[in-house]
Amino acid sequence: MMPRKNLLVSAVRKEQIIKSLAQGKRVDGRGLLDYRPLNITPNIIEKAEGSAFVKLGDTHVITGVKIGVGTPFPDTPNEGILIVNAEILPTASEYQEPGPPDEDSIELARVVDRGIRESKMIDFSKLVIEPGKHVYTVYVDISVIGMDGNLFDAASYAAVVALMTTKFYPLINQNGTLVKGSEKIPLPIQDLGVSTTFAKVDNYIIVDPTWEEESIMEARLTIVYDKNGNICAVQKGGNGGLLVDDVLKIVDLAKSKSEEMRKVLEGVISNA
Amino acid sequence: MENQLIVNGKRTDGRSPTELRPLKIDVGIIKNAAGSSYIEHGKNKIIVAIYGPRDSHRYGINIERATLRCRYHMSPFSTEERKNPQPSRREIEISKVIRDALEPSLILENFPKTTIDVFVEVLQSDGGSRSASITAASVALADAGIPMKDLVEAVAVGKVDGTLVLDLNDIEDKKGESDMPVAFMLNENKITLLQMDGKMTVEEFKAGLMMAMEAAKKIKEIQKEALTRKYSSGERKNDA
Repeated sequence: MMPRKNLLVSAVRKEQIIKSLAQGKRVDGRGLLDYRPLNITPNIIEKAEGSAFVKLGDTHVITGVKIGVGTPFPDTPNEGILIVNAEILPTASEYQEPGPPDEDSIELARVVDRGIRESKMIDFSKLVIEPGKHVYTVYVDISVIGMDGNLFDAASYAAVVALMTTKFYPLINQNGTLVKGSEKIPLPIQDLGVSTTFAKVDNYIIVDPTWEEESIMEARLTIVYDKNGNICAVQKGGNGGLLVDDVLKIVDLAKSKSEEMRKVLEGVISNA
Repeated sequence: MENQLIVNGKRTDGRSPTELRPLKIDVGIIKNAAGSSYIEHGKNKIIVAIYGPRDSHRYGINIERATLRCRYHMSPFSTEERKNPQPSRREIEISKVIRDALEPSLILENFPKTTIDVFVEVLQSDGGSRSASITAASVALADAGIPMKDLVEAVAVGKVDGTLVLDLNDIEDKKGESDMPVAFMLNENKITLLQMDGKMTVEEFKAGLMMAMEAAKKIKEIQKEALTRKYSSGERKNDA
C-alpha cells in the first residue's frame, strides 16, 4: 500500500486550526512565526565520525556522518565527494512501510544535499588525498525516526550539526599506500546554510508546520540562507500554489528567521 | 577571459540576457493517448502523453478526486553520455515537483476514483528540461480535456557571470552561479513550482521572479496558439 502523506484531518479540526490562526495562535499554542521547541544533541553515535539527534517538537531525526575514501568524479578530480541519503523509517508513523526510499525520502535527501552543497559549507578542494585518485567521500545518512511535519528543517539541522562536529582520522599517502593519521581532524567547514520552512494554510503564512498543518496546507516553501544573507537553495512543495506576493513575503520572513535559527545552531555547535 | 559565458551582452548562443530560446509546441501527436504534446525548447525535445482519467488501482483509490501521477523520464540517448535507463533519484524528484506544479491547475474533483497519468519522455535534454516538461504537460492535459483553471507554464532564470539571465541553456545551467526554475498559473497570480540552487541575493531573487513571470506570459501565448492550431482546423480529438 502507498504510504500516507497526509493525515486525514476532519472538517471540524480544520476549522479549529484556521479559526485559531485567525486569532494569531496555532492550535499547539505557538505564534504563527514560532518554531516548536528545538533540541539538538550532537555526537550521540560513537561509531560515526559525526552525528546529531534533532527533536523539533515530535519530529525526530538522527543523522550520522561517515567518512570514506573514493575515486573522484572524472570532471572534478580535485574535489571530495558528498553523498546525502535519507530514509523515513517505518518507526516514523503507522503509515510508513519498510522498503527502498520513496519519492518523499528522495526529495528530502536532495533538498538537504542542495543546502549543504550550494552554501559551499564544505571546502571539497581540501578533501583530496591524491588528485584524480583518492578523495574523501562524506556520507550523510539521515534517518527520520518520528514524523510530525517539517522534516526538511529537522533533517537539515541534523545534517549540518553532524557535519560541523565531525572528526575523522586523515589518511596519508606514504609511498603509494594510504596510512591512517594519528590525530582526528575536523571537516574543512567554511559556511553554514540555514534552512527555514514556511507553509500557507488557508490565508495564513506559518513557520515550521506540523504534520496536521501540512495535511491541510496549500503549499510550503523551504529556503536556505548562507552566512552572508544570500539565498542558496529553494524548494516549493505541496500540491497547491503560492501567490507571487506570498513568495516575496516569505523570502523576507525567512531571512530574519534564518538568522534566529543560525544563532541556535551555532550555540549547539560551540557547546559540542 | 576565455571562460566567459556573456561577451558584450551576448550569451553563448547569441541571445540577450532576457531572451527566450526558440520554443515550439505541437498538440495531439500520439493517437492512443487521451492528450499529448511535443515541445522543442532550445535543444530540449520532449513528448508528453496523458492517459486517463481511468479507473484507479485498488490501492490508489481516492474517493474525492482523481489521483494525478507523473513520470519524468530521460531516454538513454538524450544526453552526451548514455543515461542509464533506470529512473535516477533526480528523475524521481523531478517527477514529484512536476506533479506538484500541475496539480493546482486541475479540477480533479470531477473524476473521483480515477487516475490521470502524465508520462514525460525527454528525447533530448538541454538546460531547463523540467520547465519545458511542465509547459508541454499542461498543453497535453488541455488536449486530453481535463478541466483546468489555467494553463501552467515554466521557465528558469539564473545568474551567469554576475548577470540575471532568462531561460538557461545547458552550459549556463552547469557553469552559471545559480538556476531557478519557476512555474506559474498566471490567471491566479500563483507560483506552482519554485526551486533554486546556487547563490543569489534577496534582490536578485525577487528580480528573477519578475523576469520569469514576464517570460511565462510569452510562453502562455505559444501554448494557446498550439492548442488553437489543432482545434480550429475542425479535426476531431485523437485524429491527429
